[in-house]
Amino acid sequence: MRERRLVVRVVKRAALYLAALGITLLAVFPFYWMFVTAFKEDNDLYVGATVRTHIPWIFNEPPTLEHFHYLLRETAYLAWVRNTAVVGAAVVAITLLLAVPAGYALARLTGRWGERLGIAIFLTYLVPPTLLFIPFSRVVAVLGLQNSLWALVLVYPTFTIPFCTWLLMGFFRSIPRDIEEQAMIDGYSRLGAMRKVVLPLAISGLLTAAFFSFTLVMQDFVYALTFISSVGKMTVSLGIPVALFRDVFNWGAMMAAALITSVPIAIVYNLFIDRFIAGLTAGAVKG
Amino acid sequence: MALPKGVQAVAPAVPAVFTRATLADREAALGRLLLAPAALYVVVLVGIPFVLAILLSFSGARSGSLAFDWVGLRHFRAIIADPQFLLTLRNTLIFTVASQVLVMILATTAANILEAAFVGKRAVRMLLLLPWAVPVSLATMAWAWIFDSTFSVINWTLRALGIFQGWIYWLGDPELAMLAIIIIHVWRMFPFATVILLAGMTAIPLEIREAAVIDGASFWRRLFQVNLPLLLPVVTVAVLFGVVFTSTDLSVVYLLTRGGPYNSTHVLSSLAFQRGILGGDLGEGAAIALFLLPVLVFAAILLLRMARRAEVGG
Amino acid sequence: MGYVETRNLHKHFGDVRAVDGVNLDVSEGELLVLLGPSGCGKTTLMRMIAGLEAPTAGEIYIAGQRVDEGVPPRARGIAMVFQSYALYPHKTAYRNIAFPLEAAGQPPAMVKERVSGGARMFGLERLLARFPRQLSGGERQRVALARAVVRDPKVFLFDEPLSNLDAQLRAIARYELKEFQRQIGTTTVYVTHDQVEAMGLGDRIAVMEKGKVRQIGTPQDVYENPADTFVATFLGSPPMNLVEHDEATLFGFRPEHLLPRVAFPAEAPVLPYHLRVRQVEHLGASRLIYGYLEEETRSDQPVIADLPVTIPLPIAEQQVYEFAVPRRAMRYFDRRTGLRRDGAA
Repeated sequence: MRERRLVVRVVKRAALYLAALGITLLAVFPFYWMFVTAFKEDNDLYVGATVRTHIPWIFNEPPTLEHFHYLLRETAYLAWVRNTAVVGAAVVAITLLLAVPAGYALARLTGRWGERLGIAIFLTYLVPPTLLFIPFSRVVAVLGLQNSLWALVLVYPTFTIPFCTWLLMGFFRSIPRDIEEQAMIDGYSRLGAMRKVVLPLAISGLLTAAFFSFTLVMQDFVYALTFISSVGKMTVSLGIPVALFRDVFNWGAMMAAALITSVPIAIVYNLFIDRFIAGLTAGAVKG
Repeated sequence: MALPKGVQAVAPAVPAVFTRATLADREAALGRLLLAPAALYVVVLVGIPFVLAILLSFSGARSGSLAFDWVGLRHFRAIIADPQFLLTLRNTLIFTVASQVLVMILATTAANILEAAFVGKRAVRMLLLLPWAVPVSLATMAWAWIFDSTFSVINWTLRALGIFQGWIYWLGDPELAMLAIIIIHVWRMFPFATVILLAGMTAIPLEIREAAVIDGASFWRRLFQVNLPLLLPVVTVAVLFGVVFTSTDLSVVYLLTRGGPYNSTHVLSSLAFQRGILGGDLGEGAAIALFLLPVLVFAAILLLRMARRAEVGG
Repeated sequence: MGYVETRNLHKHFGDVRAVDGVNLDVSEGELLVLLGPSGCGKTTLMRMIAGLEAPTAGEIYIAGQRVDEGVPPRARGIAMVFQSYALYPHKTAYRNIAFPLEAAGQPPAMVKERVSGGARMFGLERLLARFPRQLSGGERQRVALARAVVRDPKVFLFDEPLSNLDAQLRAIARYELKEFQRQIGTTTVYVTHDQVEAMGLGDRIAVMEKGKVRQIGTPQDVYENPADTFVATFLGSPPMNLVEHDEATLFGFRPEHLLPRVAFPAEAPVLPYHLRVRQVEHLGASRLIYGYLEEETRSDQPVIADLPVTIPLPIAEQQVYEFAVPRRAMRYFDRRTGLRRDGAA
């Protein structure tokens, strides 16, 4: 009898692990496929799927770095990386400059109407690029910024600022009020207390906001597609799908590009996701 | 903890500059000042284009010129009569609803499975975030390769496993292309939804869950009467975001099918792009994109109501 | 004029009157305790004195200077210790204590000297390099006190600084705090909801309820001559017994005054009662007897008697005994307003 219960438990546990494995595989297999494609020789890659004897999931020929060489030497990939970095840095700077004081004001200084305003600012995050890109194309034309990275620097903060303001509001709220009040009693103004005491304690929040701003910039495709037309000015998210193939489809290079772009993001993303989720659930569940 | 005699020191005079309240002290004014730049940026660069989008939909504006002439409801009448547009509307609806339903089912299942503590949970969570973390355009290209008409690895696997011997021409058949798009949306979103649900579940106090177990509730009863209701705020937020991001998506459709085959997989965003930017008819493009508004307004109202309930009740 | 004075001070949050017309007068060097249940306004009152909340109406004076308009907290010459101690987590104990001095722009040599002095005063010399998370509750409290002391403020404000300590530590900490305040001689306003703490610490106690001060007086005063039923039942544990005498009057007597008749000399001026005992609790140093007075108009009013063990009379449940209350211990309250009266109506 006891043995039967033990067997049931072992089977249940095994089923659990199996299911967890299945779910994980489902989420991850495209990345594995990305990885394999990036390192496979062309003649290992372009074998019709009707050919039974050739297993696409493994390396039938030894892996090669030729796609990476091609990517880095014969495409504009590095230029795209540079463009993305520059735009990203500029947008992160603008975002922090505006969202940090706004987040602090909403967290501490504004009471009732501040709460409402905070929600309103966050709601603007819901206004999608695919609604705004048409009027923006007119605005960009008027400003003479067509095909310029500055158009992106101008437009990206429209979603990074609302998002980061909301994020930072949560962070500032989590710093105990009485520490600030103590600093005010000890000799600082409200602004001085913010500078001397709150900001140092909010560093992790600032880093999280900076990181998520950057990932939001990297994610954008719509605005880049709308505003940028010359290959040399593209960002990574636009260039890889749209401008990597010149005459012949080169999936190896494309997957190589996707791989080296995705992996660093994924790694760093994981470091910050805990904080992000904490902010999200604290707001939703506790209220 | 002995207290020795107090040290009496000369009191330092409070410097004169300290004694006056400055702007840095006046909290109401300070609050407005700190908030102003961000609020201004958002109002100007989101609010004005938003209004402009509405105005453009009533205009005959075209790219390449800066003209703006009023044409009233011409665009709206035209698109409502256009079967292509109605198909697009239907597609947007189908994609959104189908993918969100699947996401919720998969995410709830996955969250329940992963809730049990096991070795490698951290690694699993990190892997689950990959589909969401990676830029959508790159993920779409990976899937375009997976769905490739000659080399699709899915087709190979189905054949190898003996499940299906025929050929699935993913992107060449309208229905299959729609399925492919839904698959990509689901693949991107369900892991993220799972992570959010997991976080929400751990936020439910242990005592409540234990009490339900002691009270003798079965797994299903616990799921539907204790866990899900308490998770409702988190679930609602996840679903709302999913709906907004899926219904307004351009990247997946554009990069996978360009709206084809034969314009059968267009969604509002991709059609607006094709007509408005590629075709140059800004007015028509704006009119099409405006049909995204009902979903957004609905989502906004729901979120506001949740926020208010949290304010009042919480 | 008192050293710290409030005149007709109000703080309203919409319809809620958190502080409802408070006139306070704290003498120089005095330790005044603001005592009351949570929500009575004591913390709001203190925060207005500190400058962390702006009054809706009324005036505040510190050392003769009016401070309620436009004088920020840093300019009021006050030091405050919060319930959580509010130590800066990213600074060492040394930097915490030095913080107000550095904010005032004191030269480094002077800062070092005063921080050392403060550290010596509280026995913190070896803890100065530690961060708050590495300190125990008691040590954090002392750092907070040292930080408050080094700038030589005119007024100390304490917001329930002992409530985070273990019960064992609290009594000792209370004694040391009182000693410290006596030596330093700085005017102190102290907020607490713990009436034992208030009685032990305060030179005077201001008992507050619903935004108003019910009574100010020495601990002895507020205990033996409460101004109304609220003060009477808030102070003392167990609280004063209140019994309905007739339509208009309540009379009250403290549990320690309700003793067996035989404990008093035969001719002593006492009011006799018959006590039907419901329950007896043995608390070590005393026995608490829960029962009902047979004589009173409504026999369902429970009373408590606090019998020291020095009176070894056997008391059994469900029995009736002869008890008595000394006349001079009896207090009379108006039943409608709760205010104290002299004598029965």
